[in-house]
Amino acid sequence: MKVRIHVTLKPGVLDPQGKAIEHSLHDLGFSGVESVRQGKYIELELADDNQTKARADLEEMCRKLLANVVIEDYAIELVEEE
Amino acid sequence: MKAAVIVYPGSNCDRDIAVALEKVTGRKPLMVWHGESDFEAVDVIALPGGFSYGDYLRSGAIAARSPVTAEVVKRAAAGVPTIGVCNGFQVLTETGLLPGALMRNANLKFVCKDVHLKVENAATIFSNAFDKDQVIRLPVAHHDGNYFADPATIEALEAEGRVVFRYVNADGSSGNGANPNGSRNDIAGIVNQQGNVLGMMPHPERLIEQALGGADGRALFESLAQAIDKTAG
Repeated sequence: MKVRIHVTLKPGVLDPQGKAIEHSLHDLGFSGVESVRQGKYIELELADDNQTKARADLEEMCRKLLANVVIEDYAIELVEEE
Repeated sequence: MKAAVIVYPGSNCDRDIAVALEKVTGRKPLMVWHGESDFEAVDVIALPGGFSYGDYLRSGAIAARSPVTAEVVKRAAAGVPTIGVCNGFQVLTETGLLPGALMRNANLKFVCKDVHLKVENAATIFSNAFDKDQVIRLPVAHHDGNYFADPATIEALEAEGRVVFRYVNADGSSGNGANPNGSRNDIAGIVNQQGNVLGMMPHPERLIEQALGGADGRALFESLAQAIDKTAG
């Protein structure tokens, strides 16, 4: 089973990298960009197809390592195989 | 006083801090590789600066979950004096031994220069050889030194005197670019609630004698040696 995880800075935590990207987009003429927040995208492949167990494991993975919950939020998405 | 220096792949200040500890204590520290899950009893544990695991994922994130760090966390929680400098500070926040997080510098630049610090609390085991409000000069060299914590945590750190070092100008004033990285409240170094774990971004081990350009960092190691000899004696 494939999993997609997005790790983003919590609202209210300053994101200087996002700001720099925003400035650069403005320099390129994309004046309509009002704000940019950047983060991480992580893909996992799980051996087990049990979604309930996967959810619990993934929560733990995010809390223990993939995200720093002091400053970051995470979103877990299980992807159905085609 | 016997010290251990933890060495992660990518640590690069481990030898500097080992030299500083040896100069002050007269004993060679134990160098402990990241894969070890146990090491002999020591009086002090030092987590050095550098780029453990290439700063992959987040600075200090992987090191905080390595086998040796589990042992460090256990001993620090049991009261063993533990100091983390630069990447070591990042590792300590990632383990939860210290609150908050060290984020990318506000100006996004790697900052490598001498800064001035005010000793805000000279009553810790890490700072008792300094005077309160003394201004010292130490180098910083980091990309992720922007200390962040939620307002309640910052308030608690301030109220409990747990901010040990704060970025200031040479005359002890704040503002005017004294803060090199955008850290909240100009925080450069903090201790945990029990006072036995210190994390700081500046490098005391790099200025321990005049031949190196200054000796302001030496008092930190002398503080530790004094505090520990007192407990032992």
